[in-house]
This record gives sequence, C-alpha cells and structure tokens, in this order.
Amino acid sequence: MANTAHLEAQATGHDHASHDHHTPTGWRRWVYSTNHKDIGIMYLVFSIIAGVIGGLLSGAMRLELQEPGIQIFHGLAAMAYGLEGDSAIDAGKHMFNVFVSAHALIMVFFTVMPATMGGFANYFAPLMIGAPDTAFPRINNIAFWLLPPALLLTVLSMFFEGPSGMLGFGGGWTAYPPLATSGHPGPSTDFVIFSLHVAGVSSILGAINLITTILNMRAPGMTLHKMPLFAWSVLVTAFLLLLALPVLAGAITMMLTDRNFGTTFFNPEGGGDPILYQHLFWFFGHPEVYIMILPGFGIISHIVATFSRKPVFGYMAMAYAMVAIGFVGFVVWAHHMYTTGLSLDVQRYFVAATMVIAVPTGVKIFSWIATMWGGSITFRTPMLWAIGFIFLFTVGGVTGVVLANAGADRALHDTYYVVAHFHYVLSLGAVFSIFAGWYYWFPKMFGYMYSEFLGKLHFWVMFVGVNLIFFPQHFLGLAGMPRRYVDYPDAFALWNRVSSIGYYITFVALVIFFYATWEAVRKKRLAGDNPWGDGATTLEWTLSSPPPFHQFTTLPKIDSKDAH
Amino acid sequence: MAAIEKNHDYHMVEPSPWPFVMSVAIFVMLIGAIAWMQDWTPWVFFIGLAGLLYTMYTWWSDVVKEANDGVSHTPVVQIHHRYGMMLFIASEVMFFVAWFWGYFDAFFRWDDVEQYTRMEVTGGHWPLNGVELFDPFHLPLFNTLILLTSGTTVTWAHHALLEGDRKGLRWGLVLTVALGALFTYVQFLEYTHAGFSFTGNLYGSAFVMATGFHGFHVLIGTIFLLVCLLRAERGHFTPERHLGFEFAAWYWHFVDVVWLFLFASIYVWGSWGVALSH
Repeated sequence: MANTAHLEAQATGHDHASHDHHTPTGWRRWVYSTNHKDIGIMYLVFSIIAGVIGGLLSGAMRLELQEPGIQIFHGLAAMAYGLEGDSAIDAGKHMFNVFVSAHALIMVFFTVMPATMGGFANYFAPLMIGAPDTAFPRINNIAFWLLPPALLLTVLSMFFEGPSGMLGFGGGWTAYPPLATSGHPGPSTDFVIFSLHVAGVSSILGAINLITTILNMRAPGMTLHKMPLFAWSVLVTAFLLLLALPVLAGAITMMLTDRNFGTTFFNPEGGGDPILYQHLFWFFGHPEVYIMILPGFGIISHIVATFSRKPVFGYMAMAYAMVAIGFVGFVVWAHHMYTTGLSLDVQRYFVAATMVIAVPTGVKIFSWIATMWGGSITFRTPMLWAIGFIFLFTVGGVTGVVLANAGADRALHDTYYVVAHFHYVLSLGAVFSIFAGWYYWFPKMFGYMYSEFLGKLHFWVMFVGVNLIFFPQHFLGLAGMPRRYVDYPDAFALWNRVSSIGYYITFVALVIFFYATWEAVRKKRLAGDNPWGDGATTLEWTLSSPPPFHQFTTLPKIDSKDAH
Repeated sequence: MAAIEKNHDYHMVEPSPWPFVMSVAIFVMLIGAIAWMQDWTPWVFFIGLAGLLYTMYTWWSDVVKEANDGVSHTPVVQIHHRYGMMLFIASEVMFFVAWFWGYFDAFFRWDDVEQYTRMEVTGGHWPLNGVELFDPFHLPLFNTLILLTSGTTVTWAHHALLEGDRKGLRWGLVLTVALGALFTYVQFLEYTHAGFSFTGNLYGSAFVMATGFHGFHVLIGTIFLLVCLLRAERGHFTPERHLGFEFAAWYWHFVDVVWLFLFASIYVWGSWGVALSH
C-alpha cells in the first residue's frame, strides 16, 4: 500500500516534491525547527540551563541547613526586600520554602522531563525505530517552545507577592490547599499554576507526537516485539503523560478558580474538600514519578547490553515490566496520603497495590544483572553511570517499599527519610540515567569522543557527592527531622553538615561535567559511526556521527533474525 | 541543500514560525490573565488571545494547504493524523475525569463525618444547603435531545459526503452547527435560572465548571464543524479523503458522550428521589 501511494505521490506532485527547500540556517534553523534532532538538542540545552538554576537553588538550601539556626536566608531576604531584624528573619523563612518549591518544580518539569522525554526521546526514539523524523514535527517544536515560557512563569513567581507582604510561592511542588490558596493570597501561585498548565500542554503534545511516531513509523519489519527497549520506555511514558497530565490540569484549574473566582472545590467554608486536591494531584503525581524514571530504564538497558556485549536478558519481560509499572502506577496514588484520614480499608489496598510495583521493578533490576552475568564487560564511562544507576535506584526502591507501609509512613511522612527516598530514585536514579545517556550518545549527537578520564572522574566525584548528600538524610528522617523547614534542633547538626559537604562535592562534579563537555568539543576527537563496537546493535549506530540532517531517506529493513 | 530525495511516504514538514509565535502568544495571554485577575488591565490578555487565535488560523491554514497539495498527506500520514486525533481526545477525556471527580467528591461524600467544617456548611444532606436542583427532565432533557439529534445530523452529513451528495453534506452540517448553537443558548438559559450560586458552595462550583467546560467544548466543536462547512463549500472534501470532517465528527461525538455522562450522573442521578420545586 505504501509503495503504490508513493508512486502516485511522485507522479501527481513531482513539482512540489522537487522544489528547493534549503536546510534552514542561523536562528531560523532552531526557532522554526521541524527537525527532531535539532529539537532534541534544544531540549537538552534547556534542561542543562534549568538544571543549573535548580541546582543553585538547592545550593542555597544546603548552605542554610549546614548548621542549626538561620544562616543565610535572613540575609537574602534583607537584600531582596530591604527588611531588617525579625521581619527579615520571617521573610527568610518563607524564602526558604520558595526555594524548596522552585527547586522541585524546576527539577521535575524543566530538567528531568525535558532531558529524557524531550531530549533523548526526541533524538533517539526515531533513530532507533528507523524513522526519518517524528510524526508531527511542528507539534514537536511547540512542545519544546512552550517550555521556556513555562520556566519563565515559575521563575517570575519568585518575584511576585505570595503570602501577604512576602514574595514567591512557598507551597512546595505539590501546592496543597489551603496553603496554596488562602495561605498565598498574592498572584505568585497563579504564576505557578499557569506554568504547570503550559508545561502540561507541552508534555501532552509531546506525548501525542511520540506515541504516533512509535506506533506508526517503525521501519519495515520492526514489530513492537523487536523494538529497542528505549523506544518501549518512551512509548509507555508517553501514555502516562497523555493520561496523567490532564488530571493535573483539572486540579490546578480548580485551584485557579478557587483563588480568583470564588469557587470552593477545596475550601471547606463552601463545602469543599482540601483532600480532593490531594487525590487529583497524586493521581497525576504518582504516574509523574514513573514518567521521570521509565525513560531512564530504557537508556540503562541499552548501555548495560552494549558494554556487556550481550543482548539484554529477558527482553519481553523487560518491555512488559515497564508496561506493568505504567498500569499499576495509576492505581497507587493515595500512598502519598496515608496521614490524611483515609479509611483503614483504603490504606490496606494502597499498601498492597504499592508493594506490587516492586515485582516488575525487581524484574528489571535482576534482568540488568543477568545481562551483565557472563558478559565481557568494559567499564567505559556510560557503563559506570549505568551500574551506579542500578545500585542507587535499588536503594531508593527499597526505601520506597519501606514507605509503602502505611504504618511506617505514620512516623516517616514528611520527614527527611522521604526526601532521601525520592532523591535516591530521582536525583541519583533518573539523573544518573541522564548522564549515562549523555555519555553513551554524546559521540553520536556531536561526533566527538569525550575524554574517558574526565567522564570517569565526573562519575566518581558525583557518586561520592550525591551519596554524601542523601544517605545521611535517611538518618535525619528516621530521627524525626521534618522536611521543608529552614531550621532544626542541634541534635540534627552532624548529618546536616555531612549532607552539605556532599553538596559541595557534587558541585565540583558538575564543574567537571561542563569542563568535560567543553574539552570534548574543543579537542574534536572524531568518534566514528560506532565507538562502542559489537555490543551497540541499535539503528542509531548505523548512521554517521552526527547523523545527517534527514536520516533514513530510504527506510532500513529489519531482518526477522535481528536481535533487539 | 537541494531538494530532499526521499524514498518513503512520510511528510517531511518545512520549518514553520507558528509553533514559536504561538508559544509567545500563550505566554503573553497568561501574563495578561494574571494581570486581569489582579484588576490591573484586561488588555494584555486580549492581545495574547488575539495572537493565539491568529496563529491557530495561520498554522491550520498551512495544514489545510498541505492536505490539498496532493503529495504531503500520503496514506501513512493520514494514519498519523487519526492516531493524533484519537490521542488528543483521550487526553480530553482525562481532563473531564478531573471535573467528574470533583463532582463525585461532593455527591458521594456529603455525609463524611470526619470533615465537620464541610458538614456544617453543607448541612450533611443532599442536596447541599443552599442548593435547589434542576429538574433533569425539563431543559436538561431538551438539551440531551438536541445533542443526540445533532449526532444524527452529523452522521447524515458524513454519509452524504461518502455518497458524493454535496447538498446533503451542506444541510447536514448546517443543521448540526445550528443544533450546537441552540444547545449553547439553552445551556445559557439554564444557567440564568440556576437555583444555586457558582461561588461559595461546592455543588455550584462543580456543576458550573463541569458543564461549563463541556459547553466550551461544544463551542469548539461547533466552530470545528463550521470550518468543515466552509471547507466543504470550497470543495476540500472528497468521498475518499475528508479527514478534517471526520475529526470534527469524532470530536462532536466525544462532546456528546461527555454530555450523556453529565446528564446521567449530575442531572438524573444527582436529583434521584429529591423533591424538586416546580
């Protein structure tokens, strides 16, 4: 069918098909882009910029928490508002929460998601399935270009009134009412709400584009069951985005009308229910955490297989484990809400359902280990990051099983134990998978080899740094230190100091990252089509590095015997 | 680079300014919305909205041009469009899930004794204090019939299109658009007769926002069908190729189904066994 249609197109529209269209140059190439690789690069650059902002915000938090008492935020408040004395301290306390909120929003929506579902998914999902581009290139472009306005709205929220007389939104990324409604009468919350609306539209459009691409543009012979696991992970994640984000849009629209137009969805004084917001938010929020980690699963599978020179162990189980995680991820949301007065039966259900997720996740962890088992492993930089990911993600997963218990969560809810848990799965899990993907695909995207020494140095310094930040936070949480406070009793001083030292080490690691990138671009060591050898079997390694502006002008044919 | 020699049927879309321009317009519109809500000025919002509408027009004009150029929309590209529209409607369904959730939170949990502030306000009974429910078999039933009828007229238009009956297509679409407009008018009438307030109580909030977002979608669907009518008059559709029309029909049926759920759960179930005043 496709071939005859093509002939018809040639016959009837030859004039059009052969008119000159030039490869766009200069700023138009990027701003008007309809090229999945260029858009992917823009996403990655955006993610790095946002990551630096988010990382600096957390730096201010670690400086503050390095010692008991208020260290820097009264000074920052004094500078920002021109306040003095006690009022500066009060404003500083709020400002700490503003930093916490902005850090979370920026890291979730503007760093991790743009890197995985924006950058890598856009660049590599079409290459891996043998497609010349994505299905909807203009939608792809607006999905990217909606992100800078969204980020700008979040950043602007820090400079508008939140609580009376104070600047910025301090209600956390979850933005629970009543703190986010009557607690923040100023417009800063509205900036955050619109920021999430715009980021949500961006994600939904991106998801529609990626699902259509993957379902409909696979090369001849590439059935779903021959599709590389990264493409699988993107497909599952895109469905989560498509179905979860509209619910968030509804929830924050209710909050917007509650705040500005007098509805009372979340306001008990009008018969509303603050817990309703938490249900709606976490119905989105729990799939959201899988949205952040699933593409990482895909990336890690390829890297482990490549550097073990073996096909990934249990391909089908690996693919359907992600599908299972995606499904179950939609029915576990209230494990974030054990302390809100849910009935015991409801809590029992959510405990059981949450624990079930450990099963497909375990399938993945053990399959990665089984892939390495008996392989001829080379410890190149991407492999180090991948093994680091497997180790650290497992730690975060295990603390997740602890927190899944409603009983244990009574004590641990809103403590640093939770902070440690989700940073192990996200800033040590998802971010490690992003760096793994960065080093794995850097030669493909830019055509140059990074320095193996600098890459490994980056890994080891970062590995030490982030573990030093977050492992002690388990102790702090078990000892009862609550999250989202600017100050703490002296008893928590030691591990907070260790955690802050870990931040400085991580900061050095990020300097090494930027230097390594700069060094690779400056030294121009040509990478060649496939620097990784026989282990790298997916289609992107059959192309030049970087690939041509439009690849696969003749579609590749997938042999039925090809490995995944 | 000269022409891209391609040996596949995918549509390699030319670079386009509209995605970027649209994102700028959306940014201006939202900043303007905040300014308006703060009672500073409504004008920034309207400037952004104008930019958004303009970009929607230009962008979709490009798509229509591509649809008519005879080469861009190959069979496989048409399948892309079908997937895209279905996925878009799926995300819209999830958006309405949130509003139904808000309504059912009030409907199922008005007797939740743990939420005593809420109980005090609502009176702990259904309908909640200060709420007088609509008779579902009055205007709401009329509106249900309007929408169901419009579902049949759009199907009439579709079959006429398949048969190459231009007149049937035109009148089917004209009737559907008219019925859509009538629905919106009746919904507006109903709002003016509501026995509860939009503000200050959960029932009014959930009712107006759920039916209001539905009404907004009816408006979008009506405009979509109107565009199809204009395109049909210009001969854009053939019995074999008329995706724009099909998508308008899908969208219209989606809006229809949402209404049936609203009618069944909010109007009928919500007033079941409740004494209605009139």
